[in-house]
Amino acid sequence: MRNSPAAEAPAAAAPDMTQDTVLSVRHLVKHFNVGTGGRTIIHAVCDVSFDIGPGETLGLVGESGSGKSTTGRAILRLDPLTAGEVWFKGVDLGTFSKKQMRSVRKDIQVVFQDPYASLNPRMPVNDIIGEPLRIAKRWTKQGGPDRVAELLRTVGLNPEHGNRYPHEFSGGQRQRIGVARALALEPKLVVLDEPVSALDVSIQAGVVNLLEDLQEELGVAYLFVAHDLSVVRHISDRVAVMYLGKIVEIGTRDDIYDKPSHPYTQALLSAVPEPDPQRERTRKRIVLVGDPPSPANPPSGCRFRTRCPKAQEVCSEQEPELIDRGTGHQVACHFAEVVQVV
Amino acid sequence: MAPEPEQLATPEAQVDLEAEGISAQDGAPLLEVTDLTVDFPTDDGVVHAVRGVSFQLVEGEVLAIVGESGSGKSVTSLAIMGLLGKSARISGSVKYRGVELLGMKPRHLAKIRGRQLSMVFQDPMTSLNPVYRVGWQLAEAIRAHHKVSKKAAMERSVELLRMVGIPNPEDRVRSYPHEFSGGMRQRTVIAIAVANNPDVIIADEPTTALDVTVQAQVLESMEEARRRSGAGMVLITHDLGVVAGTADKVLVMYAGRPVEFGSVDDIFYRPRMPYTVGLLGAMPRLATEASGKLVPVPGSPPSLINLPPGCPFSSRCPLAEPACDEAEPDLTQVGAGHRAACRRIDAVPALVKERLGNVETVA
Repeated sequence: MRNSPAAEAPAAAAPDMTQDTVLSVRHLVKHFNVGTGGRTIIHAVCDVSFDIGPGETLGLVGESGSGKSTTGRAILRLDPLTAGEVWFKGVDLGTFSKKQMRSVRKDIQVVFQDPYASLNPRMPVNDIIGEPLRIAKRWTKQGGPDRVAELLRTVGLNPEHGNRYPHEFSGGQRQRIGVARALALEPKLVVLDEPVSALDVSIQAGVVNLLEDLQEELGVAYLFVAHDLSVVRHISDRVAVMYLGKIVEIGTRDDIYDKPSHPYTQALLSAVPEPDPQRERTRKRIVLVGDPPSPANPPSGCRFRTRCPKAQEVCSEQEPELIDRGTGHQVACHFAEVVQVV
Repeated sequence: MAPEPEQLATPEAQVDLEAEGISAQDGAPLLEVTDLTVDFPTDDGVVHAVRGVSFQLVEGEVLAIVGESGSGKSVTSLAIMGLLGKSARISGSVKYRGVELLGMKPRHLAKIRGRQLSMVFQDPMTSLNPVYRVGWQLAEAIRAHHKVSKKAAMERSVELLRMVGIPNPEDRVRSYPHEFSGGMRQRTVIAIAVANNPDVIIADEPTTALDVTVQAQVLESMEEARRRSGAGMVLITHDLGVVAGTADKVLVMYAGRPVEFGSVDDIFYRPRMPYTVGLLGAMPRLATEASGKLVPVPGSPPSLINLPPGCPFSSRCPLAEPACDEAEPDLTQVGAGHRAACRRIDAVPALVKERLGNVETVA
């Protein structure tokens, strides 16, 4: 950390825990040292803050390299934080040792993107789903095999197939197994890292419905990391849009989709092709020029200015802060204005 | 995998197709695929990957082939291009302007492939050679079919890179693929595909590996390149959004077979095959209110080794009746230029109304 001056995020007071939040992320920073001797610093996540309430779904969207998956992994402490705080149920997980983290992990679970890589091919499904129960020493207490059978039924699989191995299941079924494993310990929060992007449309809808039903039933909160804006609109209560390691806009689903105010959010939404030929023929696209800059050397000021149609001189000098535009709809842009694009 | 030497058409070893009695017929369709069938023998049995695909492509038209993983759409494109391995058993007919391409001698095919027929592959990371500069790779495509100097080919390469929207093409021709971003690489692949002004471009999932903002840029470059060369295009994709914005006609595939064919408006507003209806109903949409539940298509596609005798979709179909499992339905006419393979076509409009609302009134 000695060679990462930008890591000094402003010190924050403990977030207001009187409010009903499951997870509070404050000024999260994650840098990766790469290249010869680790001299190049990738600024993957820079000063990201958000809250998730109980039973709520926060959609985290952005393109490759925006830091959305890194944020998810940092919350789970799969990677150590560079700076910042992750408050879960009133405690800062950043201060926890690996051993202390174990006790918290039963409350924060994860579903990974690739259902082919995230299940151990040499374990039968019963053991895969039972493993969290065994690790948390709840196997007998929660009824062992009966609990596993119940979980399989919950995610829409036949408990009789529990002795099969992952390769005997299709992609959608495997992702259901991943969900069952994540829910085994009745977590308060599940980080879903692109849970449906590897699945075909006809299968994807089933998994999305399952996630929604389970949330209603169990009251679990989701951090839904995805690049598919249509799926995120469908499943999320609130949405955060990331660009090059920063949140550029965050608000309720309707704020983001009906009243997008950051030029990047507008460009992103207008680029999504829609399955409606007539709309596609008449729709105006905001096509961005160029590619996202390298996170090893982010632009000064506003990070989006190099591709922004609205960029002015001030954008390179002064970094726009996330400013509340009313009822929690925050936008980081000097020239924020609502443009309807959907 | 280096191509065998005799398959590379070098300027020195030009074959004159006309001299060998192979010539295009006037008035024949640009690309005509008839009853194309591809089987792969495996240890577990024969995989019937493509089972009787037929379509015609006319000049300047974009035909989209849509389907999910394992529906045979990519195998169809590889079979057309003659790029399948030796283990594949191919039958049927693929004609380019009346010239049969299946079973053509490799040295003859090499004259057409890359010149009149070209291909854009899905993954720009693997379809460019990492050890050659992009300019060299573009020039290679040009020099394979035209007797031009290296200098002239390089000048044309710069022009092509400019056409697909790569900034500073004069400098960028000297870059290696790893110095390009994913979007720039895919644009380079498109530039290579249109280098010889082809008549037909086959694009296999050209934007699947890209982010949406980059996808919008690449689709724009592709449209520009296609418009300038006036080529017809076969666009293979699973993304119905991309299809809605680019295609003129759509072929929907399921379990290796075409199950519906029609204009883009037919497919999106008047689908007549329950699978197409299912796909459209399962898609979350950006524009509409997110309150309604998505309707998944239950179950999963059948194995292509042991196909059931009847309609391959019947086990997942909300309209299935016992007769559906007796024989596989053929594509039948359901409207002008609109064909669907379903025994219960009469019941489909009600299903469309239930799943998709009043889309039929839109167009």
